[in-house]
Amino acid sequence: MEKAVEMIQIVKRFPQVVANDHVDLTVLKGEIHAIVGENGAGKTTLMNQLYGLLKPDFGEIRIFGKKVSFRGPRDAISMGIGMVHQHFMLVNNLTVAENVVLGSETGIGPLFDLKRARKRVSELSERYGLHVDVDAKIEDLPVGMQQRVEILKVLYRGAEILILDEPTAVLTPQETEELFETMFKLRENGKTIIFISHKLNEVMRVSDRITVMRQGRVTGVLNKDETNPREIARLMVGRDVVFTVEKTPAKPDGVVLKVEDLRVKDYRNLEAVKGVSFEVKAGEIYAIAGVAGNGQTELVEALTGLRKPVSGKVYFLGKDVTHATPRELREMGMGHIPEDRHKYGLILQFPAYYNVILGRHYRPPFAKGEFLAHDKILTFAEELFNRFDVRPNNVRMLGANFSGGNQQKLVIAREVGLEPKLMVVSQPTRGLDVGATEFVHRTLIQLRDSGVAILLVSMELDEILSLADRIAVMYNGQIMGEVEPNAVSIEEIGLMMAGHRLEEIRGRVA
Amino acid sequence: MNQKLWSFLVPVLSVVVALIIASFVILMIGKNPITAYAALIRGALGSKMAIASTIVKTTPLILTGLAVGFGFRAGLFNIGAEGQMIVGAMVATAFAINVGWMPAVLAIPLTMLVGMVAGAAYASIAGFLKAKTGAHEVVTTIMLNWIADYLSSYVVTVPMGVGFGTPKSPEIASSAKLPPLMVVQATELTSGIIVAVLAAILMKILLDKTSKGYELKAAGFNPYAAEYGGIKLADNIVLAMAISGALAGLAGTLEVMGVHHRFLGTLSGGKGFDGISIALIGQNNPIGIIFAALLMGALRNGSNEMQFVGVPKHIIMIVQAIIIFLVAADRIVRAIFLRKKVAK
Repeated sequence: MEKAVEMIQIVKRFPQVVANDHVDLTVLKGEIHAIVGENGAGKTTLMNQLYGLLKPDFGEIRIFGKKVSFRGPRDAISMGIGMVHQHFMLVNNLTVAENVVLGSETGIGPLFDLKRARKRVSELSERYGLHVDVDAKIEDLPVGMQQRVEILKVLYRGAEILILDEPTAVLTPQETEELFETMFKLRENGKTIIFISHKLNEVMRVSDRITVMRQGRVTGVLNKDETNPREIARLMVGRDVVFTVEKTPAKPDGVVLKVEDLRVKDYRNLEAVKGVSFEVKAGEIYAIAGVAGNGQTELVEALTGLRKPVSGKVYFLGKDVTHATPRELREMGMGHIPEDRHKYGLILQFPAYYNVILGRHYRPPFAKGEFLAHDKILTFAEELFNRFDVRPNNVRMLGANFSGGNQQKLVIAREVGLEPKLMVVSQPTRGLDVGATEFVHRTLIQLRDSGVAILLVSMELDEILSLADRIAVMYNGQIMGEVEPNAVSIEEIGLMMAGHRLEEIRGRVA
Repeated sequence: MNQKLWSFLVPVLSVVVALIIASFVILMIGKNPITAYAALIRGALGSKMAIASTIVKTTPLILTGLAVGFGFRAGLFNIGAEGQMIVGAMVATAFAINVGWMPAVLAIPLTMLVGMVAGAAYASIAGFLKAKTGAHEVVTTIMLNWIADYLSSYVVTVPMGVGFGTPKSPEIASSAKLPPLMVVQATELTSGIIVAVLAAILMKILLDKTSKGYELKAAGFNPYAAEYGGIKLADNIVLAMAISGALAGLAGTLEVMGVHHRFLGTLSGGKGFDGISIALIGQNNPIGIIFAALLMGALRNGSNEMQFVGVPKHIIMIVQAIIIFLVAADRIVRAIFLRKKVAK
């Protein structure tokens, strides 16, 4: 069969990491080819090179057998490559037809021929079953429809090879199903699709062949019919855990956090957490694993007072805190290391010594009456800097000027400095290098050993397996099962991450 | 480069560059820029009267600049200083007309307080709307400006109006008039400038030394992190708008107490809007705003003298526009620079 895309020995280095380390990718014409891997495995970097957004440091790209060297997306588009990004690039107050033709409008001279544009967009949408009202304004359309417009845009520019970058991340299950139908229709019409995902069930449902990536390398190329989610999960995560954290068995004590049948809606007003119950005890790390976007973010926001739950109960140290504010929770001893340190964790324009008192800025010793006690704040900041080895050792530097790892240290220093009873930790090592990751892990273990209850939410299975004392796997807003790390296989966790319940898996295995 | 030095240098260099560019415009209309600028300086600072008049013009500009600057620091764009200034002046006048029986030591602070509360209350409308419904303060304060404008036209024509000609209110009680610091011919330099400078110092203390100031700045920089840190965004929005409105209200009140001694429909004359440029040039720093207002006051005052040597005073508008453009451009450059660092 004809090869639509060949990427040969691609290398792409960034200052901190090698994002693509001699990657080979072959995509056949007319297939749906999935590229799977954890966050940071190098999938998006690879695709950005195929789309001309990045230039490879080394290696060769061939499109339909022809060697190419793209200077930008325009070159890639002219070779028939189209990319649908995770974040839509649409103009909200223009209509569907206007958006589709935007940038390649037809007409006489400077005059825009809307009639012709509408007709051509309608034809396209008819041919590929991408049903959408061409006269509707983008802002009135649901997300799934907006994605169709993005796909139409790509097709309008004559794309033969479509790259879909985690297209289901923003979709509801129904919309996801409709997207899959569209993908099949495109394949029937001879289009080639590259589907980036880390959701195994979706990959198994739609793809013909699968390339698995891990830490910038290709760890396997599989035919869908000859593989199973277990094998993919193993290749994705790797059998060999990169670093093991030394720790003694947990000595769990009383229940610190109790969650009962919690339901939470996301920003689109759709239920994201659908009846979750669990307990976290003092002196243990309770981890929630799962693919991103399965309700973990909303769960953490609800527990930390940033989002109002719809129903259910949360008890912290025996007290009902379902509707408590972030300040009340902090005063009771709940620390929170948020998943997005730039959005929630830090005020980048503030100096470090202001950042380390965020949340306690209004009370002694940091405030005396209405006034800030600057001398106390500076001493406290300097102590934290020494204790957590934040570099550079300059408490007056702005938050924005620290490296990612040191920014995370600032957040962790602040929250640990709170001497919490419960620490809610979300994605603590995202984007950190090995050294900083190790530091974060050691700190969490130390906290646990000092009797703090820790709720850890992470997308990194390695991290969960090396830190957790108990693991719950979340899928589609529900907990698929609760296991202990030494009594579970990676395959079982992978299956739970893909939406199989623990009883179901074990029932079948036994 | 050192951040503090930079924020000081940018406005100063902008002024120099603006004057240079404007001198080409003056050349183009066939006049001598040196003569023009000499007249400008003479008009602004050349005599006791010129200085007094410059300070009188500067006083309200400091306060509207502070009003807008304070909003910016808390992440709010208060375009409504104009309306808040009008409402503050109007309500303060209504109060000050009726306090003849009060000794000045009571009447003066009370009138200021009334004007500030009125401005604060008026601005709080926009604050509440933003906190409760998310209505953007730019839109609501612009609408409130029009309401204040027409309301004041009505008030000085019908219920409070006296005499003929320009609609105006009766004169306020003499116990509520600000004592002059200095009288040069017809120009009274009133003590309003002291109040304005005091307000700037108080604002600096609030922003830099108190935990409330910490919260307001945090919410202004990053509302998500502020909320995460237990700061109530809704309360902060209302408070920040109220303080901003109080400053604008005080600007109007001091104009009544110190300059006009009565409420006029045309009292604000765009000084609320000037506050936006002044806050920008002063980099939202209270002390910077004092100097920015002084610069603007001096340019305005001196431009009359420039007119006498045949250079239209509108040249000053060009100077002002170029200054704002350069200062704003620097902020764009720095914003991009900061973002790049974050992206790394």
